[in-house]
Amino acid sequence: MTGQLLFALEVGGAADVATLTRDVAAAEAAGFVLVTIADSPLPPDGGPPRIEAGVRAAYLSRRTSRIGLAPTLHATVTEPFHLATQLASLDHASLGRAAWVVGAEHSADAYATVGEPVLTGDDLRRELEDVIDVARRLWDSWESDAVIRDVATGRFLDADRVHHVNFTGARFSIVGPLITPRPPQGRVVVIGADTLGVTSRLDVALVGLDDVAVRAEKARAEGAPLVFADVPEPDPGLLDELAGVVDGVRLHTTDVSGLIGSVRPRPTTGATLRERLGLRQEN
Amino acid sequence: MLHLGLFFAGVGPQLIWSAPDFAPHTHIDTFVRTAQTLERGLFDAFFLGDGLRVRENRGRIHDLDVAGRPDAITQLAALAAETGKIGLVATQNTTYNYPADLARRLASLDAISGGRAGWNIVTTDNAWTGENFRHGGWLPHERRYERARAFVETAQALWAGESVDRHTDLINVTAPPTVPARPVLFQAGDSAGGRDLAARHADVVFSANTDFDKAIGYAEDLRRRLAAHGRRPDAVRILPGAQVILGDTPEEAREKAAWIRREQTNGPRALAFLEQYWGKDLSGFDPDGPLPDIEPSDSELDPSRGTIAIEHRTGKRERIAGWRRLAADRGLSIRELVIEVTPQHSTFVGTPGRIAEEWARYDEARAVDGFNILPQLLPGTVEDIVDKLVPELQERGLYRTAYTGSTLREHLDLP
Repeated sequence: MTGQLLFALEVGGAADVATLTRDVAAAEAAGFVLVTIADSPLPPDGGPPRIEAGVRAAYLSRRTSRIGLAPTLHATVTEPFHLATQLASLDHASLGRAAWVVGAEHSADAYATVGEPVLTGDDLRRELEDVIDVARRLWDSWESDAVIRDVATGRFLDADRVHHVNFTGARFSIVGPLITPRPPQGRVVVIGADTLGVTSRLDVALVGLDDVAVRAEKARAEGAPLVFADVPEPDPGLLDELAGVVDGVRLHTTDVSGLIGSVRPRPTTGATLRERLGLRQEN
Repeated sequence: MLHLGLFFAGVGPQLIWSAPDFAPHTHIDTFVRTAQTLERGLFDAFFLGDGLRVRENRGRIHDLDVAGRPDAITQLAALAAETGKIGLVATQNTTYNYPADLARRLASLDAISGGRAGWNIVTTDNAWTGENFRHGGWLPHERRYERARAFVETAQALWAGESVDRHTDLINVTAPPTVPARPVLFQAGDSAGGRDLAARHADVVFSANTDFDKAIGYAEDLRRRLAAHGRRPDAVRILPGAQVILGDTPEEAREKAAWIRREQTNGPRALAFLEQYWGKDLSGFDPDGPLPDIEPSDSELDPSRGTIAIEHRTGKRERIAGWRRLAADRGLSIRELVIEVTPQHSTFVGTPGRIAEEWARYDEARAVDGFNILPQLLPGTVEDIVDKLVPELQERGLYRTAYTGSTLREHLDLP
């Protein structure tokens, strides 16, 4: 009997690159559909500084072949244009396995790293919406067949298939197009917590275990195609309860080698993460 | 001993996309294959360009040149997993990045590659590029190197394990240290501000002073500036940009060079080049015929092609008048004129043995420490150099026969 749940693993806490690579390889071998990589512009409490999550994901893209790679990039303390470029590039490097965990770091210390004013409440939510929206607009700015290499007319690309986005948000505007051609998935998979208040824009909503059924229902009602529950350890009884309530779980265990054989992820097929997750194709 | 880097701008007219073996220019396999070939050729560095807005021609996306490229740091982090020795250099901008954020990503590339990261510092500040960023064209052009200096000093402090708390009208950052790192700093600007930044902070200069006499002059100027900043004369490696076109015979090399130049300046590109200056549609003119007889628009040039030096953005009427005189005197067509007046990185054309001899002269005179090679054909340029030129250099004792270190600093023999 095969399992019903998709499995993800949070690997941001791995002590070094060798451990990280080994953990992700173990998750891939165990049939996990993706890994998430936690990050912040600030080191974790009392811990040493970390390697930026996008860099870790890019490195892992060439050490793995099937698993999805979802770095946390903070919409609040980055340039949206760079964020969209980095994720598109990760999708190219991984041949269609990129995802983005929407980070919303908004502490005063985090904002101080970029010298921008702190956003909270509705202002923060609007900013997250704008960054998600513009990232998707930028991923769409190159049509997938924009490069034509037409020797007869001397045209490398069809200028009618590369578009300005002319996006105006509450706090920034971007003309575009992206500097990077369309990612293999078309649109990178967007993952985020239901607590961010932007569930309607997510491909995968992450919910906590408190009131998990209610929250999953709400996230679906708001438009999230998939819901994953955050689970500390793979407790078999708990996983049985969650099957049918959520589409998948994200584990936070540190005993990664113990995962193989101890969990039964739902088998997935497809060349890209979007296909493996059964999400609508966007390319 | 000479050091070699490959500078892959990734976009622009120098790369010949019409070549039958043109490798898909954004496919990861092209980059992996290129980096691994360079590593087989014991190159110091694989060096990626950057530009933060897709080039345009009169408001439309410029469609004649290779366009579109990956984020350099992301791409190089992927290549770090596919290579073991070669340096990985990312061009990154100091105007449209947050200092702590970029410093952190560069440190991350250095850490994940085991000390192989480099940063080519560029200062593009025009408002047209700024339209993709939160604050638009915020920085006065004459202060771009002042910002760059504060930016670089911030990054260096964060890499060295220090917290930074720095607030001026050009920089606003309070940030904790990054992972320990020491990316090699490249600087390419040739203005006085660029040369000064290089003399203060750079480890490598990627200059345009490639011709022998210019290279000698540049090296002397740089050494004077280094001394003024209390740095040793050998503290900086000078690696000017260069094109290399090899042939088995001198004739074959010359023919290939002429073909490359014609392809790089084909008819549509020649017209598009003039359209920037005329500010008008010139598609009705024959590129192999005389210069357009219509008058240019009144507006000055905009930076939307990305490649026009700031001093060329004004005074276009005088420039056009000069071109008309030149074309009339020498009977040049549009295309011939454009080939004549467009700047080009110096090109070494010849047999591998001949070019190795020429480079020996540079080495002996300490005119350069090596070259950053700009490919026209991928994978062709890279494979030719690694398979044909590198052995000739090694035979003459001008080039390493094995990597002796594992970091980019060690390859470049930098402190």
